[in-house]
Amino acid sequence: MKTIFEKSVAGREGCWPCEGMSEEAYIPSELLRDSDSGLPSASELDVVRHFTKLSQRNYGVDGNFYPLGSCTMKYNPKFTEIAAAMPGFTQLHPVLPQLQGAGGLCQGALEVMYETERMLAEITGMDAYTMHPMAGAHGELTGVMLMAAYHRDHGNKKTKIIIPDSAHGTNPASATIAGYEIVSIESVDGIIDTAALAEVLDDDVAGMMMTCPNTLGLFEKNLPEIVKMLRKVDALLYYDGANLNAIMGKMRVGDVGFDIVHWNLHKTLATPHGGGGPGSGPVGVSEKLIPYLPISRVAKLEDGQFYLDYDHPKSIGYVAPFYGNFGVFLKAYAYMLRLGGKGLTRASENAVLSANYMRKRLENHFEIPYNRICMHEFVASAALQIPKGVHALDIAKALLDKGYHAPTIYFPLIVPEAIMIEPTETENKETLDTFIDDLIAISEMANTNPEALHAAPVTLPVSRLDETKAARAMELTSDL
Amino acid sequence: MPYVPHTEDETREMLATIGVDSIDDLFAEITEDMRPKSFDLPDGLSEMEVLTKLEAMANKNVTNHTSFLGAGFYNHYIPATVDALTMRGEFYTAYTPYQPEASQGTLQALFEYQTCVTRLLGMECANASVYDGGTALYEALMMAVRKTKRRKIVVSEAMNPIYRVMLNSYTTNLDVELITIPHKDGMTDIEGLKTAIDGNTAALLVQNPNFFGSINDFTELFAAAKAQKAVSIISSYPVLQTLLKTPGAMGADIAVAEGQSLGLPLSFGGPYLGIMTCTKKMVRQMPGRIVGRTEDGQGRTGYVLTLQAREQHIRRQRATSNICSNQSLCALRALVHMCTLGELGLKRAARLSIERAHICAERLTAIDGVDMLTKGPFGNEFAVTLPVNAYEIIAKLTDRGFVPGFPLGRYYDGLEKGLLVACTEKTSEEQIGILAEMLKGALK
Amino acid sequence: MIPKDLLYAKSHEWCMVEGEIATVGITQFAQEQLGDLTFIELPEVGDTFEAGSEMGSVESVKAASEIYAPVTGEVVEVNTELEDAPENVNEEPYGSGWMLKFKIKGAPEGLLNAEGYTAVIDSESH
Repeated sequence: MKTIFEKSVAGREGCWPCEGMSEEAYIPSELLRDSDSGLPSASELDVVRHFTKLSQRNYGVDGNFYPLGSCTMKYNPKFTEIAAAMPGFTQLHPVLPQLQGAGGLCQGALEVMYETERMLAEITGMDAYTMHPMAGAHGELTGVMLMAAYHRDHGNKKTKIIIPDSAHGTNPASATIAGYEIVSIESVDGIIDTAALAEVLDDDVAGMMMTCPNTLGLFEKNLPEIVKMLRKVDALLYYDGANLNAIMGKMRVGDVGFDIVHWNLHKTLATPHGGGGPGSGPVGVSEKLIPYLPISRVAKLEDGQFYLDYDHPKSIGYVAPFYGNFGVFLKAYAYMLRLGGKGLTRASENAVLSANYMRKRLENHFEIPYNRICMHEFVASAALQIPKGVHALDIAKALLDKGYHAPTIYFPLIVPEAIMIEPTETENKETLDTFIDDLIAISEMANTNPEALHAAPVTLPVSRLDETKAARAMELTSDL
Repeated sequence: MPYVPHTEDETREMLATIGVDSIDDLFAEITEDMRPKSFDLPDGLSEMEVLTKLEAMANKNVTNHTSFLGAGFYNHYIPATVDALTMRGEFYTAYTPYQPEASQGTLQALFEYQTCVTRLLGMECANASVYDGGTALYEALMMAVRKTKRRKIVVSEAMNPIYRVMLNSYTTNLDVELITIPHKDGMTDIEGLKTAIDGNTAALLVQNPNFFGSINDFTELFAAAKAQKAVSIISSYPVLQTLLKTPGAMGADIAVAEGQSLGLPLSFGGPYLGIMTCTKKMVRQMPGRIVGRTEDGQGRTGYVLTLQAREQHIRRQRATSNICSNQSLCALRALVHMCTLGELGLKRAARLSIERAHICAERLTAIDGVDMLTKGPFGNEFAVTLPVNAYEIIAKLTDRGFVPGFPLGRYYDGLEKGLLVACTEKTSEEQIGILAEMLKGALK
Repeated sequence: MIPKDLLYAKSHEWCMVEGEIATVGITQFAQEQLGDLTFIELPEVGDTFEAGSEMGSVESVKAASEIYAPVTGEVVEVNTELEDAPENVNEEPYGSGWMLKFKIKGAPEGLLNAEGYTAVIDSESH
């Protein structure tokens, strides 16, 4: 499909009706650019048609089952958009509450922040929250910065963070950026091994980052023991909230001993992923970490008025220009209100039910390395199909031809040829059944006609793309 | 229950297939001692009830005031196409384009976005966006630290103070030294910055227009940085970049911007858009997702995420950054905004904003005791000095429905009387007139 | 196929020593593991390295790997053709895919001959 630049005709006007004076009346020419920027010139209809056509070259949850493991691609309720589009929220300039006398103009928005924090705290059993982190990985970075601030304040000289080999890649990356050295530990039978942990645990350990259930979809049943071990060396325990959709109402991470947790609201609380963002990654902490939370913090006066509190001398400072992705967490708040405590619990229960159902129906057709009760997702592999020359990638591409987005493949790294499936609670049984039937048909095709799988996808606007050429040629814009 | 489709019969069937008796059996590994000590959440509400509740909260926000607030975040007009096109479910409910064949819409749009922002800023390469302008600046700083293997960063105090506070937080645990060169009466101190750059400098950070609205040409300064092999980083204002000399033309190595003014509502602080562009030489240091053009086996053009070996899912702790999510949808909004307005429309918005700001400056400084603080050329924002504390005036005028600007004293000691005033094409001459009258009245 | 006349590091670099000059690259096994290379980052002439220290990196579409100096010394020549033709390393890892020439300081230490390196590969492929 042609780019908008190829559809552009110089002089063709878009939608702008008003006219200002020439900029040269105000700014000397040596400070101005010497040629046009080369932005498109197209009619409004051209633009509408271009983007409508582009959208038709995309799979999304609205049109396609999207069992992308670790990403919780659940249905995004439409009504939350109405809330986020209310002018009372969208028109608010973020510096308003920082002006004396103007805080009264944004009481509703501050209340949304305050109430969202409270609900997240109750769901996870944490003592306080910051809404500022703008995505999950940003929450991780914030969390690790909180760890560092805590240890610095306590005079602890700690240099290392322990991360299991099944972790998301963002965990080690976040910890490194916060200045820590990473110690990786190997999982045994799919979960953290306390003996392996004991081997690397010493006074230099600032904390450990884990997710539970882990990326294999397995519950970390040694958790109570892990907590005890970490406490002994004053190491903090970080919960990567990517998998919170498995445990709402079933376990609260604060109750079981986690000190820090981040959410991915775009996963668990159903805000749209938008093609890769914006996300929202609020961070919750236990009491001992509250002094270090980013500023500002939303607070409530006795008369019920909300205000921003900047008076936290031990705070790590600003991690965002303002208060995080307000327009995103507003939708998450609406979703929580809609579901209530029971609805959230039901969401987790059914996410786990659907995952186990799919796992069970697939177990005779695909290798499932840790085939036992899983939580909200499970990891299969293409091991049985490899002898026919069929890889996880081929299976993923064949699924695209059937109208599904593919599961996550080649992650977690500890399962070769991994196919990671997360159905979520919002897909009905017919969808799950049809998907499984199609997946079984693909595994049969691996026996009868592996070549056809290598050629997939054939029904989409393009077939497999040459990624090596892309990386070598580096055509990153129309001008390169 | 909302959004869960399984009927009781289906649930029973599914449990039977799994071979357990109840849903509780699926959670058996969470033993009693790990169960919630409390789960005190309200009951669910209907869609209508939630919206009624949120409407009431939205109504507690007062948005019918007239605002001259900017400080890096501006209230520009957003054409209707932006919402209409970006809210199509195929864009809205997709995830990161990990399967390129099923994501050509998102990928081509991001490629076009990358093209637009590089053209706007006169740079060679762009990524597919990061969280916001402040994050973009921090990531740019880290690109320079990796590239030069140096640790000293020279920052102009006329850089947006909100971003400077963010940089302080982010670098606390890192072996990086921030050296801030004070502004000179609201001007970027070019000579001071030049003097501060030496053979240990990783990066120079400046902003154009600076926080006080003043417009500069940093060509010489960047040349001085280059002579010391330091990386020149500039933060720009994209709407004005249709008119102003580009970062590329000035010789910048990395140009970043807050993209909020390109089709994103102010929305109380986010989601916004971190625009990051750089020279081809720096692109391998770039964080986040990057889209590249290639072809399939039949020679058809297509787009993929590329240069992924930089990223955390491959490099883990050795990645250029921990960033995973970008602001794809915000980048799409910016793209649709730029395409709808086009070259001409965006220029008109910029011109009109500049014109209104100049009219406003003239009206305000005609008042006794109100003087221009910003010296030299400015765009759509400028600072004035009032005869009294700016906070006081802001409180007074806000009461009457006019927020006259941002108090410079919030971040700059000694500028308690400074007021930063922004206009856009949405600011009417009538509103400017009323502001001037009110200010005059308040100062009497 | 492991050339007999070269020395090898356990981290999969090869090294051909001629007098005080050592030519260095990565092995056939290493390039196979990485797949089609898309980028090679090399040091500059004049940089010095201790044997075993990191001196650059190689990237393919789905993987990245650091490369380590097999000898101690100073870089005297860099194969700049690899900037535009990283595929040379895939096609001829021991020929046009060479990466650097070092002026060696002291005698090379701890490197393996072809037989020793074969054992390393065998243990890694299982």
